[in-house]
Amino acid sequence: MSAPLLSVQGATKAFGATVALDDVSLHVGAGEFFALLGPSGCGKTTLMRCIAGFETPDSGRLTLRGEDLAGVPPHKRPVNMMFQSYALFPHLDVFENVAFGLRRKGEAKEAIEARVGELLEMTQLAPFGARRINELSGGQRQRVALARALAPRPALLLLDEPLGALDRKLREETQFQLKEIQRKTQTSFVIVTHDQDEALALADRIAVMRAGRVEQIAPPLDLYENPATRFVAGFVGETNFVEGVVARRDGPVLQTSFARLPRATCALPEGARATLSIRPERIEVARDGAGIPGRVEDFVFRGEYTLLRVRVSPEIVLRVGAYDGRYQIGDEVKLTIGPEAGVLFAEEA
Amino acid sequence: MRARPLTLGQRLTLAAPYLWIAAFFLAPMLLIAKISLSHSVLARPPYEPRFLPTDSLSDWWAKAQTLTFDNYRALVSDSLYFDAYVSSLAIAGVATLVTLVVAYPFALAMARSPRAWRPFLIGLAAAPFWTSFLIRVYAWIALLKDEGLINNALMALGLIDAPIQMFATNGAVVVGIVYSYLPFMLLPIYAALEGQDAGLREAAADLGASPVDVFLRVTLPLSREGVIAGALLVFIPAVGEFVIPDLLGGSDTLMIGRILWNDFFANHDWPAASAAAIALVTILLVPLVLWERARLHEGQERR
Repeated sequence: MSAPLLSVQGATKAFGATVALDDVSLHVGAGEFFALLGPSGCGKTTLMRCIAGFETPDSGRLTLRGEDLAGVPPHKRPVNMMFQSYALFPHLDVFENVAFGLRRKGEAKEAIEARVGELLEMTQLAPFGARRINELSGGQRQRVALARALAPRPALLLLDEPLGALDRKLREETQFQLKEIQRKTQTSFVIVTHDQDEALALADRIAVMRAGRVEQIAPPLDLYENPATRFVAGFVGETNFVEGVVARRDGPVLQTSFARLPRATCALPEGARATLSIRPERIEVARDGAGIPGRVEDFVFRGEYTLLRVRVSPEIVLRVGAYDGRYQIGDEVKLTIGPEAGVLFAEEA
Repeated sequence: MRARPLTLGQRLTLAAPYLWIAAFFLAPMLLIAKISLSHSVLARPPYEPRFLPTDSLSDWWAKAQTLTFDNYRALVSDSLYFDAYVSSLAIAGVATLVTLVVAYPFALAMARSPRAWRPFLIGLAAAPFWTSFLIRVYAWIALLKDEGLINNALMALGLIDAPIQMFATNGAVVVGIVYSYLPFMLLPIYAALEGQDAGLREAAADLGASPVDVFLRVTLPLSREGVIAGALLVFIPAVGEFVIPDLLGGSDTLMIGRILWNDFFANHDWPAASAAAIALVTILLVPLVLWERARLHEGQERR
């Protein structure tokens, strides 16, 4: 791997008694689409503000293209940010908003006009150059913010919840546009989001953060299939947590209150309390045959599959993805959890 | 969409401020306007004609015939008035600019101070109002006169040999206006700055704007409304100011407020003074109306 574009090493930052960043290390490669994913208050925004230069980490090192960023003020960093609130200048029109960074660089008038024109074209804002910001729709503002941040050709673009303010349909459309623009411009994007769907849809790699720490950094599929911690398993995608005790007779088994679940591999010792994270679509469901008996309590039609809520014991309800068969409330079903399916975590102390 | 008809209570509520303005601003203005069209006479009151309720309609008609624009012609022909207007506008203009330059940094510092301090700082800005305006202007005499605090201090330090003439100059009038009207400039600018989204400054810095650029390109243009409001609040009363030029100005300090006072109280020429007052209001109203219209127009453009 070539030298990373951005490197964060052991970044730590506290606001009073609150630790916002706790020894965070990560790398972002050139041209990479990187996501910082986590619930609010996990430190992702603080990390982004440290990269932009609005906050200074208490300790740790940030380097961009190998150069230390310590002491470099925001206006001298080749990093641009798309703000969550967009922070568009209300006293300037769309053209001047996009041109703002170029003018600060002192570029020639023709070069600025060409570059702004190109960006307005790319973001489908060409007819709106002379508009004031308060004359634009939410989606248009979002695109102005993106064009403005991209205009000075930053080495790294930071996007703070870029789709947060858009409605669902527009968000989906914009996801594709963002990806396309990222591919076209070959700029490294770092997106901050609390929306796992957004991170999974957009990013090449995702860092899941929790309480100031990085829980796992992995490509979307790995994150989904092999979550490193119970938190990641729960935060990314839908899952069931099944608690039990590890037993070893003919191979490892998770003994739960409702079934014995054989496991293909298990690193935990006999008698250890453990939690199995199993995705709804990894639980096989059938009307009869062998398997864990259960009763359909409820179902939600999700288009390509139906999400069933199946009660397998008085206390436990599993969410199960059914791809075929029309199930009704009250149907008796048989569930199978394969020995390879799901990920087993030791009980957190 | 049709607006619902207003209830009686709503009508009364809306009417109250208009009635107030009609009774205490419009009616006196009309009286002054009428006096400005009258002749000066040695009588009590010192003008003619007077329209009395005991007059018949034909009397009123005959009296109305005697109303004249002579006082306004005098305003134009007598260079004293013209000079006084120009001088008033110049002194008020300079004082407004100085007030702006002094007030802006204060307003900025207040707006950027910790939120918990701000009510206290606003209180400090308004603190001079706890003392009589007249006393505060008198205090400036003690500071500015030849054997005053400032001259004595400068001489004691050996910076000057003889006192600098500060008291009884146009400069002293400017200082007095700046001092007296500072809060009226400070508060609207503070309000405009305080409401600014800090994210805009971060965005500008992020896009490569140095701190100076951030101020010139974002903070300053976005505080425009506050600056204009503050400038009007200082400039308009300053043009007609009487107390400050009378106490701090020299005998050659020409301001329309003093001319008015002289006409009214020394010369007992109420009609001339009224005409000068009406002309002053007109001079001040025109730019205000133009500005208001420009603002309305801009608002429509942004629809």
